[in-house]
Amino acid sequence: MAQQNDIKYIAPVAVDIKKKKYCRFKKSGIKYIDYKDAEFLKKFVNEQGKILPRRLTGTSLKYQKKVAQAVKRARHLALLPFVTDNLKSN
Amino acid sequence: MANHYETVFIMTPVLSEEQMKETVQKFEKILTDQGAEIVHQENWGLRKLEYPIQKKSSGFYHLFEFKADGNVVNELELQFRRDERIIRFLTVTMDKYAIAYAEKRRNNRKEKTAAQEEKQPVAEEVVNEETKTEEQA
Repeated sequence: MAQQNDIKYIAPVAVDIKKKKYCRFKKSGIKYIDYKDAEFLKKFVNEQGKILPRRLTGTSLKYQKKVAQAVKRARHLALLPFVTDNLKSN
Repeated sequence: MANHYETVFIMTPVLSEEQMKETVQKFEKILTDQGAEIVHQENWGLRKLEYPIQKKSSGFYHLFEFKADGNVVNELELQFRRDERIIRFLTVTMDKYAIAYAEKRRNNRKEKTAAQEEKQPVAEEVVNEETKTEEQA
């Protein structure tokens, strides 16, 4: 009984407040995602050139679809690679 | 009912500067002959491709923004396919946001080029342009 109480007080309550993710397009009012701007689109792909999921970037569904579309267009025009390694480093 | 379209195409790097301009003119003519109204065009110059296309690792990029009927696009794309100087093309219908964005981009570009005209060669200009649109986005 006493032990239980001790443990309660000794271990600090782990409060880890998660930073709330937000959709950057909604926040800054961007309506159109340009497929010609490869540098911007690189924020939404990982090092291998894969499109990052919504759960990581926090983008809303509406804009995630547009991001995906833009990335795919950029790939077609060879502005972004289909597959690669360490995209970010160069 | 005229739609707003945007076409980006890539020409082979084998062409000389003059041949490249000639090719652009050819397609400009194809558009205007069919009653399309060219709103804007941009030459991005020779640019490195992110992956090889037809064993080429670079190409001349050019952009057309125009108002036309849908069947004009069919004809244009047919001509792109027939022309072996064109290695890749993409035509996109523009919605109202795209048009607004294009206008903004155009204005920014104009300012930028006016500010540093003659200072930088064309290739440099493209790079600057990119970084700028990122800031604005």
